[in-house]
Amino acid sequence: MSVSVLKAGLLSTLQDGGRPGHAALGVGRAGAMDLPAWRLANALIGNAGSEAALEFTLLGPTLRFEQPAIVALTGAVASAQADGVPLPFWTCCHLPAGAVLSIGGMAQGCRGYLAVRGGFDSTAVLGSRSCDLHARLGRALREGDELKLGASAPLPGMQDSSIPTPLSWRLDASEWFDERPRPLALLRGSHYEALDQASQQALHQALFSVSKDANRTAARLDGPRLRLRRPLELISEASLPGTLQLPPSGQPIALLAEAPVSGGYPRIGQIAAVDLPRLAQRRPGDAVHFVPITLDEALDRLAARERALERQLAAIAARHISP
Amino acid sequence: MQPTDAAPSIEALAEGALLLRFGQVIDAALNARVHAAARRLRQALPGVECTAAYASLLLRFDPCGRGAQRHRELELRVREALLDIAPEDDAARRVEIPVHYGGDSGPDLAEVAALTGLSADEVVSRHCAVEYRVAMLGFAPGFAYLLGMDTTLAVPRRADPRQRVPAGSVAIGGAQTGVYPDELPGGWQLIGRTPLPLFEAQAAEPALLRPGDRVRFRAIDEAHYRALAQRARA
Repeated sequence: MSVSVLKAGLLSTLQDGGRPGHAALGVGRAGAMDLPAWRLANALIGNAGSEAALEFTLLGPTLRFEQPAIVALTGAVASAQADGVPLPFWTCCHLPAGAVLSIGGMAQGCRGYLAVRGGFDSTAVLGSRSCDLHARLGRALREGDELKLGASAPLPGMQDSSIPTPLSWRLDASEWFDERPRPLALLRGSHYEALDQASQQALHQALFSVSKDANRTAARLDGPRLRLRRPLELISEASLPGTLQLPPSGQPIALLAEAPVSGGYPRIGQIAAVDLPRLAQRRPGDAVHFVPITLDEALDRLAARERALERQLAAIAARHISP
Repeated sequence: MQPTDAAPSIEALAEGALLLRFGQVIDAALNARVHAAARRLRQALPGVECTAAYASLLLRFDPCGRGAQRHRELELRVREALLDIAPEDDAARRVEIPVHYGGDSGPDLAEVAALTGLSADEVVSRHCAVEYRVAMLGFAPGFAYLLGMDTTLAVPRRADPRQRVPAGSVAIGGAQTGVYPDELPGGWQLIGRTPLPLFEAQAAEPALLRPGDRVRFRAIDEAHYRALAQRARA
């Protein structure tokens, strides 16, 4: 039961829900950058939910499946085909043994997910199979790698076939992927008040863009330089995914899934958890506009998103019972 | 009882995160209070992750479900639990770290001696003389920020940071000292090396040093270093 990596793509890593609970050891959470897309990819193929999937970035990998497999693609839509058959995203596909799945580039967005029924199998570290490049736990895929798959039962309603076969229905992904960039909600950070007045305004009025200097740890934002009224002497405190920090350069940095567990830069904002997957889909050059949000609103929106996701997961599960 | 002015400020950092701030300075007594509070809150608030830093404590929890209510309720429970923490107790673990100082293990020992005006032997004996406290972990898995170094050993970071510092390197950077848990880039001055693994991802206790631990360094010779390194690999 394995998958051979013929081309690794730009940056392809195994990701699951990450490893919460180990910050005291200096180990961050990591995990899928677009968590809803990862959860939906698993759901589409009837996985239990926490299986590791492949997260690919801008340009996907080319993989040969050594045995029949059931796969799903979600996240930013890339051109994908298996043995010449175009494979749609946001549905479930049967691949015959020997099928070569090649995932190309994306017209928009930054990250896609490939989930396989049974999940990708690898040695879990601190309860997770997520690769954390920043913490040096695991590494990105390389050409020639063999990925193991977990055991799985057949999925009801999926026909065994000698050619790649997608299901005819597709999930409406409009709720889970922004076709047009929308503003990102920003909670006020501890040191927001320390920004000078022009910078406080610029933070919410200016258009920033994701710089070339962006990875799974952080995205530096190009745009107006922000300034503090006077320099702050800070000691290291906890940092989190979503923290918007301001280094002396004046160029804000948004911390992402592989955020270091501590940092000493002023914290000018915290991107609402509900909008972190949206930020994860911005590629270098894409616009970022922050709008203020209160903690209560952010909690309400997060709870609403979780309810919507649960509804979506239930609807997918119902289709698997009566396809 | 803690005096009331010692109660931390509590700030909501994110939907599922509260930051308790006990002060704004790096200070051993303040850091000891952070660790005492962390121990108390771990008992009082199961399911909440408590992570200590120099002068602050991060609480992380699942924000879904009870929403905003959860923040206010948790804040109250935190304040209640912290009313009667003992500022210091003896629960801290004690860890001794054997170090081969100088030679290939500590290529910057002579430089540190020159910068401090001490002999190399005196640098080693001052580095071994005190008990350190793990203030917090960060930078890399298993990397401990230690409090308590003799201030006469403070030296500037290297002008030209190394791309690869070997795992186990014991180093001084500014007024701080620490041990590199893995081969990492780094600008601190390398004075020695320990054969003990600082971080083993697959071990039941992955990190040798944990927040709040009391730590001592003990000088060993090269033969002893080799023997311990061989045992650690086995």
